Amino acid sequence: MTKINQHILTCGGTGCRASESKILAARLKEELKDSEISQNVKVVESGCFGFCEKGPIVKILPDNTFYTQVKPKDAKEIVEEHILKGRKVERLLFRDPNTNELIDESKSMGFYKKQIRIATRNCGFIDPENIGEYVAREGYEALGKALFELEPADIIKTVKDSGMRGRGGGGFPTGFKWELTAKSESDKKYVVCNADEGDPGAFMDRSILEGDPHSVLEAMAICGFAVGADEGLIYIRAEYPLAIERLKIAIKQAEDVGVIGDDILGSGFNFNISLKYGAGAFVCGEETALIHSMEGLRGEPTLKPPFPAERGFFDKPTNVNNVETFANIPAIINKGAEWYASVGTEKSKGTKVFALAGKINNVGLIEVPMGTTLREVIFDIGGGIKDGKKFKAVQTGGPSGGCLTEKHLDTPIDFDNLLAIGSMMGSGGMVVLDEDDCMVSMAKFYLEFTVEESCGKCAPCRIGNKRLLETLEKITNGNGTMDDLDLLRIQGGVIKDTSLCGLGQTSPNPILSTLDNFWDEYVEHVEENKCRAGQCKSMLKYVIIEDECVGCTACARVCPTGAITGNKKEVHFITQDLCIKCGACMDKCNFESIELIA
Amino acid sequence: MSKIKSLSDLRKLREELKSSLELRENAESADAVVQVKIGMATSGIASGAREIFNFFAEELPKRRIKAIVTQTGDMGYKYAEPLVMITIPGKDSVVFGEVDIKKADEIIEKYIKEGELVNGVVPKSYQTI
Ligand SMILES: Cc1cc2nc3c(=O)[nH]c(=O)nc-3n(C[C@H](O)[C@H](O)[C@H](O)COP(=O)(O)O)c2cc1C
Repeated sequence: MTKINQHILTCGGTGCRASESKILAARLKEELKDSEISQNVKVVESGCFGFCEKGPIVKILPDNTFYTQVKPKDAKEIVEEHILKGRKVERLLFRDPNTNELIDESKSMGFYKKQIRIATRNCGFIDPENIGEYVAREGYEALGKALFELEPADIIKTVKDSGMRGRGGGGFPTGFKWELTAKSESDKKYVVCNADEGDPGAFMDRSILEGDPHSVLEAMAICGFAVGADEGLIYIRAEYPLAIERLKIAIKQAEDVGVIGDDILGSGFNFNISLKYGAGAFVCGEETALIHSMEGLRGEPTLKPPFPAERGFFDKPTNVNNVETFANIPAIINKGAEWYASVGTEKSKGTKVFALAGKINNVGLIEVPMGTTLREVIFDIGGGIKDGKKFKAVQTGGPSGGCLTEKHLDTPIDFDNLLAIGSMMGSGGMVVLDEDDCMVSMAKFYLEFTVEESCGKCAPCRIGNKRLLETLEKITNGNGTMDDLDLLRIQGGVIKDTSLCGLGQTSPNPILSTLDNFWDEYVEHVEENKCRAGQCKSMLKYVIIEDECVGCTACARVCPTGAITGNKKEVHFITQDLCIKCGACMDKCNFESIELIA
Repeated sequence: MSKIKSLSDLRKLREELKSSLELRENAESADAVVQVKIGMATSGIASGAREIFNFFAEELPKRRIKAIVTQTGDMGYKYAEPLVMITIPGKDSVVFGEVDIKKADEIIEKYIKEGELVNGVVPKSYQTI
């Protein structure tokens, strides 16, 4: 038998698949089929490599060549040049946007240098649809160890000592949660994996499930053994079809080989896992709402206590953890609490996966040790701001979080530091904003999201957020007063203090943090009727440049409100009071004689 | 895959499966393993480089040496093809010329395993990449 001596890894995540990576993989296989070395090369469709900005990615091993934005039609050249002749296809290599340098292997990319991969250790490395590859990477070893060499109390102690805190947003110590569930007496208990991932822009959990589903299954079984549960449920949004498919394949394979199901590895321990689908409501990520949704009830939260660990799914003790939390567990059991606790900061151990988005060069998925600074994430890993623009702010924590500025860039990222500077970790979304972004509009975007997603059960959230949004809209529409700025703080405070669940308790955060950090910008909107970023439409003016206008009348004819006047062949004029800022005139003008001013 | 009935079965299975990922794992820690580069431009292939490439790719894992074997294009100094460049972690790269199977075997046993230089090194002064 000839030995395989080259592997071609393609990204099979949702992002790259949308750019035909599946067709690309098939094309590569086809090209290889007819070559003399078809026996020596293996094509593997793996999970996300993280470098989504330049997907689809193709990585060639063992030389670590990293090709970006590869199209199906490039398959032939990759096989003929690189695979057969050892010549790299230069035009597909990554070019560093800052140094303009051509980078031919992933090891020397700034994007990867500062990353440490624990939760995503297998993403972009193994074939997620092949349990054999997971097993070869120490897969199910931690479960085996747990079942045969450890007592439930030992497992809980290890998780406690590791300092692991929940990655779903709250940062609750995972070991303590497991202990609480273990101590709850009941004939039946459940382990639930929260894969709702409702933050706009976040795709950490999806990527883990698509790239390494077995790590989550294994961790759920370990948790089940530790807390005394024999049933696991994964609550996943139906909008994640690929993650669902990969989970189904993984569960089937795990059952077939006997690492999930009855009498796991001959230990006598039973643990079955099934999927529950959500409809993609943000509030259903909140654990009590999630449980009610799984019970077939409305996805509405209930007061805690009782905590799910005491009374959860059908009133039975239920241990709810996030996808990323689970993905860390097998590594912690295998390598020990001390190893895990050696990574990170004093009170936040390990790593965190972030989804980088917005005006940043390297949009994608990263995993860094806790304590990495925002500057390192944005500039070293993220490659800095797009198009040479100036950094303005970074939004962390999604609709529950806040905006951080230049002065926070050197803060080491961890749960407590982010809270202390007025934002939060959240689930790990990070949206970078540049000088062209209006902070008031940004706050409005998140608030519109929460207003839409509020379940309506409690009045502060249902009505309060609506009133808060109205106040904010008054400001972005150019009708705000200085009193309205105070009102934002008052309304926000009341909503935070009186809402039933975490959704309402955090929904004013984007506004409150921008009021703190970008007060001048709010004042400008109110006092000068000015939006410096030019995003608040009502503060913009369409005006006709007198020297350019030829009086063709095209703009006047297209204006839906009759705001434009002027005789043929004479300079036209826009009456600002009538203008609805639709921009139709500017689109229509052939002489570029209409401009938009802030 | 059949049912795994015990922890020791799982561990046995893992040992069997490990080889399928070895190449990827070695590539992951490229700086810590022996790197073997073989010149595979057209002239290199004509002189038998593919055979040498396959030999290294097959024999190194068999002899339990963590290594990555890659092909590269033209390495210059064509008179001495097939050419093999060996980089042992922490040492300068050395290029061997006119490598046949026998020489390749000697390179593995003496240079890679023992660190002992063998005949056939292309002197630096002639290396004109
Ligand atoms: C409005 C709201 C949305 C939430 N969405 C998610 C989510 O999408 N995924 C998640 O894991 N946790 C989410 N949470 C947190 C969960 O309630 C819960 O704390 C978490 O799943 C526990 O897991 P962990 O301890 O591993 O973090 C949300 C909380 C709130 C208040």
